[in-house]
Amino acid sequence: MSGVNRISGAGRLTPARTARFTFDGRTLTALEGDTVASALLSHDIHLVGRSFKYHRPRGILSAGAEEPNALLDVSRDAARRQPNVRATVQEVFDGMKVASQNRWPSLSFDVGSFNDFLSPFFAAGFYYKTFMWPKAAWHKLYEPFIRRAAGLGVTPTEPDPDHYASRYVHCDVLVVGAGVAGLAAALAAAKAGAKVIVCDEQGEVGGALHHDIGTVIDGKPGYGWAQQTGKALAAMDNVTLLTRTTAFGYYNHNFVALVERVTDHLAAVDETLPRERLWQVRAKKVILANGSIERHMVFANNDRPGIMLASAGRTYLNHFGVAVGKRVGIYTAHDSAYEAAFDLKRAGVAVPVIVDCRQKPGEAVLEEARNLGIEVLTGHSVVDTSGKLRVASISVARNGGGGQRKIAVDALLVSAGWTPSVHLFSQSRGKVKFDAATERFLPGIYAQECLSVGACNGTDDLQATIDEALAAGELAARAAGAKGGAQVALNGRNAFEWTGGMIGAAEGAGADKTVKAFIDFQHDVCAKDIRLAVREGMHSIEHIKRFTTNGMASDQGKLSNMHGLAIAAEALGKEIPAVGLTTFRQPYTPVTFGTIVSHSRGSLFDPARKTPMHAWEEAQGAEFEDVGNWKRAWFYPKAGETMHEAVARECKTVREVAGVFDASTLGKIEVVGPDAAKFLNLMYTNAWDNLKPGRCRYGIMLREDGFIYDDGVVGRLAEDRFHVTTTTGGAPRVLQHMEDYLQTEFPHLKVWLTSTTEQWAVIAVQGPKAREIIAPLVEGIDLSNEALPHMSVAEGRICGVPARLFRMSFTGELGFEVNVPADYGQAVWEAIWARAEPMGACAYGTETMHVLRAEKGYIIVGQDTDGTVTPDDAGLSWAVSRKKPDFVGIRGLKRPDLVRDGRKQLVGLLTKDPKVVLEEGAQIVADPNEPKPMTMLGHVTSAYWSPNCGRSIAMALVAGGRARLGQTLYVPMADRTIAVEVSDMVFFDKEGGRLNG
Amino acid sequence: MRKYSVFAVAREAMRGHKGWGPHWASPEPRKQYDVIIIGGGGHGLGAAYYLAKEHGITNVAVLEKGWIGGGNTGRNTTIIRSNYLYEESMDIYEHSLKLWENLSLDLNYNVMYSPRGVMMLSHNIHDQQSFKRHINANRLYGIDNEWLTPEQAKAYCPPLDIAKTARYPINGAALQRRGGTARHDAVAWGYARAASDRGVHIIQNTEVTGIRRDETGRVTGVDTNRGFIGAKKIGISAAGHTSTLMRMVDVRMPLQSQPLQALVSEPLKPIFPCVVMSNSVHAYISQSDKGEFVIGAGTDQYNSYSQTGGLQIITHTLDAICELFPMFRRVKMMRQWGGIVDVTQDRSPIQGVTPVPGLYLNAGWGTGGFKATPGSANLFAHLIARGEPHRLAAGLTLDRFRTGRLIDEAAAAAVAH
Amino acid sequence: MLLIYCPYCEEERSELEFRNGGDAHIARPTNMAEISDEEFEAYFFLRDNPKGVIFERWRHIHGCGRFFNAARDTVSDRFIATYRAGEPKPVLDAEPKTPATVETYEALEGAAQ
Repeated sequence: MSGVNRISGAGRLTPARTARFTFDGRTLTALEGDTVASALLSHDIHLVGRSFKYHRPRGILSAGAEEPNALLDVSRDAARRQPNVRATVQEVFDGMKVASQNRWPSLSFDVGSFNDFLSPFFAAGFYYKTFMWPKAAWHKLYEPFIRRAAGLGVTPTEPDPDHYASRYVHCDVLVVGAGVAGLAAALAAAKAGAKVIVCDEQGEVGGALHHDIGTVIDGKPGYGWAQQTGKALAAMDNVTLLTRTTAFGYYNHNFVALVERVTDHLAAVDETLPRERLWQVRAKKVILANGSIERHMVFANNDRPGIMLASAGRTYLNHFGVAVGKRVGIYTAHDSAYEAAFDLKRAGVAVPVIVDCRQKPGEAVLEEARNLGIEVLTGHSVVDTSGKLRVASISVARNGGGGQRKIAVDALLVSAGWTPSVHLFSQSRGKVKFDAATERFLPGIYAQECLSVGACNGTDDLQATIDEALAAGELAARAAGAKGGAQVALNGRNAFEWTGGMIGAAEGAGADKTVKAFIDFQHDVCAKDIRLAVREGMHSIEHIKRFTTNGMASDQGKLSNMHGLAIAAEALGKEIPAVGLTTFRQPYTPVTFGTIVSHSRGSLFDPARKTPMHAWEEAQGAEFEDVGNWKRAWFYPKAGETMHEAVARECKTVREVAGVFDASTLGKIEVVGPDAAKFLNLMYTNAWDNLKPGRCRYGIMLREDGFIYDDGVVGRLAEDRFHVTTTTGGAPRVLQHMEDYLQTEFPHLKVWLTSTTEQWAVIAVQGPKAREIIAPLVEGIDLSNEALPHMSVAEGRICGVPARLFRMSFTGELGFEVNVPADYGQAVWEAIWARAEPMGACAYGTETMHVLRAEKGYIIVGQDTDGTVTPDDAGLSWAVSRKKPDFVGIRGLKRPDLVRDGRKQLVGLLTKDPKVVLEEGAQIVADPNEPKPMTMLGHVTSAYWSPNCGRSIAMALVAGGRARLGQTLYVPMADRTIAVEVSDMVFFDKEGGRLNG
Repeated sequence: MRKYSVFAVAREAMRGHKGWGPHWASPEPRKQYDVIIIGGGGHGLGAAYYLAKEHGITNVAVLEKGWIGGGNTGRNTTIIRSNYLYEESMDIYEHSLKLWENLSLDLNYNVMYSPRGVMMLSHNIHDQQSFKRHINANRLYGIDNEWLTPEQAKAYCPPLDIAKTARYPINGAALQRRGGTARHDAVAWGYARAASDRGVHIIQNTEVTGIRRDETGRVTGVDTNRGFIGAKKIGISAAGHTSTLMRMVDVRMPLQSQPLQALVSEPLKPIFPCVVMSNSVHAYISQSDKGEFVIGAGTDQYNSYSQTGGLQIITHTLDAICELFPMFRRVKMMRQWGGIVDVTQDRSPIQGVTPVPGLYLNAGWGTGGFKATPGSANLFAHLIARGEPHRLAAGLTLDRFRTGRLIDEAAAAAVAH
Repeated sequence: MLLIYCPYCEEERSELEFRNGGDAHIARPTNMAEISDEEFEAYFFLRDNPKGVIFERWRHIHGCGRFFNAARDTVSDRFIATYRAGEPKPVLDAEPKTPATVETYEALEGAAQ
């Protein structure tokens, strides 16, 4: 038997199956099925943590997901360490290491608890009123001090070795919660033939039946009925039963996200299993059976270890077989806590007193208490407690004053009643209504296809819950289209009817000077803090929340919100509904980032696109650069070469001999149809009617606002067929842009668009020997200047492979771009390379491509333009048709600011010192001595060392640039000012004769 | 107004904090004001404060349909920086940053401006070109912004992974050291308190349902759910609700309202010293003084006023965060939320006169409004008081969409705010 | 994540398959080159941005690739109708179909019933 508090014969765990774990270095034994909380309690350990602000000793408060105190650091190994784990949820596995958090040097002696003595100073919002002087002191002095104290657990420092999974699923009916209501609803829906998913956050179905031993359903003990029903459901083909699975978010259109914890409870982890699995469920109908959460009582020093929720005390006894103390007091405003007293008493635990702040508890529970010989003090309140690291006594007084009586206890079970869990209902954007009689918010107006049943719907009676759930299950199934099956009937009864409940501060919360009556345990928010906030003018519940931080801790106010609201309402003199509720947001309980991320990591985070020649390039030792999603060969360094040397060599080689370049990433769109030319007339600034088949033209595409959107060479293969190229990064958006206009503005045009980017491998062969290199490989195309002049295209074969051969040049040299089906890309490349290499040609990368095109003044859209540049700004007015009545951008171009004088225009820049290469992005001024802020004329868009010019060259956008040719301007850098002369943009072969080889 | 100080706090500590009064008064509305500002966010409250402080106009009401600071002021990720590209942007954001530096003392309210540095990660050559363009422009304009090598970036922010093998390797970063964060609620409350102290009326739970005009077209006041309130001048500072308000005077706006999402993690011991942004992978992250990781996500693709959005937007952002910081995979999301941002086509704000005499506009801040709060408020007050824009906001006019004189920060750099 | 009915595929599919295309029923002027600066501003920049029913375009980009139109409530994010490009605006009930809709969660604050 493990643990001094384990009660023989109580609970549902199997004593034979044990597990060992450590807590702050101490080795402890647990039973299989224990949570960390139940295991610690079995060893009489209540003290498990320190609070956020005052570092008050804290114990285990609950037995569920609402736990605010017992947050522990749980690890399997160094990399599998998890901070802020709720001890009440985490199941023990053999070998786990558990450590307390937010304390130094130890849990029982924590230096930070000095804060508790300073707490009068640390009232809610005190930090807004001080730490202001002198000016920089907040950041330099105070904030570092506060940050050292901040946080609870310690952030993991190693990459997470676990993996996660994700699944999308559709179903007819999603049932959230597998307590009585959820199981009944799922059963009814499943029997009606619906495809059902039912999930529950606990390791087993049963919900609130975990803490119960008196309920009978279908003639069986409630918990046993639940397990049996769970098994039956799991066995049905149309049901998916998910335990350890929390529905954490209800989003638009009945999209509900669930997280399933797959391995965190297992001693030996199967590496093939994900740690957690994200279920993204789209349900036709959702049934919410979330149950309710018990509230604590708000009174002086209600936070000592050993003080816990009554239902938690029952759970630990009835499910885990653990008595939470040897002398357990009860303080309640609700009948349910009496049953905890009964169960404990029957298990042989001393229950010295039930303090009930109500005058009239339920008759039945009162009578049973008498029968069991438990003293009941009605109309009394607990006004204080004692005990440093564990509650030792409670002080009880009659309501309205009178003498105090001190009663020794080593645990105190409290209950202020139950709060229906409307979290998911609210996330679905349903509107809650306040039920004044029972002082609780209940589902009011539904916004999505969902139904609430059972405790979360305010239904208290067991039979009523069952009936409501069965009806909802069948209704949902029918609404989702299920046709089969028989009706289900069940009966059930509780041991006792329950009444009562209160919200807000109990009598024992005292006057609001120094008494600490906690509402939000983790954030140390007391009743007096709420009252202070109201005094300070915080009248909206959201202001009160933010000012006091009530409900902003990791439990998100599951216990504290209703109490805070009631105290605020009282202080404001308003009705509770008039004060309102703070917002319920996703997630219901915290969700691991890794689970949400799931498979999206590394290459699956964002797949890298590689060209058909990538492997060859890699083998040649190319360095790559990222361009959009593409990996592009950047340069091909030979052994010992720097980047500068490699690029210089490539640049010279291309102009002297030839170079081979992988241009496959250029976007390609096949534009086909009888109206293809008409369509291009509208999409590009240029005219296309007069382009003959077999010829190409450089086209500029604008947005409707007149700014350059994309550019590229378009080849006309036939009257009705164009091969359009786009920039590497622009292909998807250009296609979208074209489809948009084609489908919605010009649907009368008979045109079809197909993305062919990845269908073609493109091999550019550029340089004086380009023709010589490819000629023997090409069949069926005359490569002569006459037959295939610059800017033309022909179809034929290369290396026996069908090819589209473009005669075009982005280098200013004689050039061809060989398009072959992607699968043949590498083979054709290798064939070309086999001819090129012996001739002394090189393979070149994007950097050399950039230099060579800059030497010729060819622009790169996206580098030399930035979305604010018109064709005229870029010196491309010649490409804008003056005759066409319409094209996209025609009107935008004429707006006042786009035609004004002094716009930034693309020009060349030559540094006075030819060796100095400008920085791309450097700014240009006329007067280098102007004080800051200086008047900037523009910026350097491209700048390179040009090996072929033997000097640096640059392109720049300069205000009124073309009128400044020959002017001297300045580029002020951090360490020096560089003088430059404005020039035209063609730095090499100004006549352009080299295009023809 | 009771002055806040360490001494005042200590005195109150001795007597159970009984002596604090309300931050701001909650008066009944007057029949007539000189100025009504619609929208009780940081911008609106700040404008009211500066109207009183700098222009001597104290007969001012701020009308808020909910609770002050409850819109985007209380929903953003609190990033502050001024390293924008265009002069129009640098002017207003740097004006703002200078006001941030002294705001706590000016308001006698600790807004916790923390210049811990805003670092933008560069992942490729295009990023590098763009960032250098910003850095050079900022330097010549007198705004700090510097280029860091990957090693320098890691030294400044140790959790960064600068391995070259990463899917998005880091080839450098731009750092604005004066950039940082502030406490968002405190900004609204600090301005409200200081404005209220100077006589401004802060009127919550009051929704404007109409804007009245006289026969000349000039504004005369607003209809609200609490009746008509007169005003000689009206300023609109209502973010996502601007289009709805402007429709009351038949002006269509170049604005779209979209949900912008964000999330925080559970509180953890601080290890993350600054703000890190990556535009290539769409993520920005910092760690609050409570230890929560504050993570900004993107906007949903459709117009909405729902202050909520899809899980896929959060997912995309966390994908990026975990790719940049693999050790954060085991960290847990505690809360997600959305705000409604009003976005212009050029991603720059609109501040200026409107076609309606007496009606002034401050809108279109999109995802970048928080950092601009003091500057925008200060210049908006100038606009309302003088009837014409301040020199520093002169380029932000509404007519730029007609003339084409856009301030296209997004197109120029693809830099998110 | 929205669930969107594609009127071409005649199926409800996840938002991940679609791309929003902005306002619907904004016809490109046929005399584009001649319109005034004001008309261009109205065509290209000015939008109703309604708080309520918006008519908007979607493209089933990872499906059939077609553009279509939708009427959606921007407060509840509910679709009222989707219909093919070129079809006229559907006539909608004067009353919103979802009286249950609350503007935001925040609308609950101070106003819970």
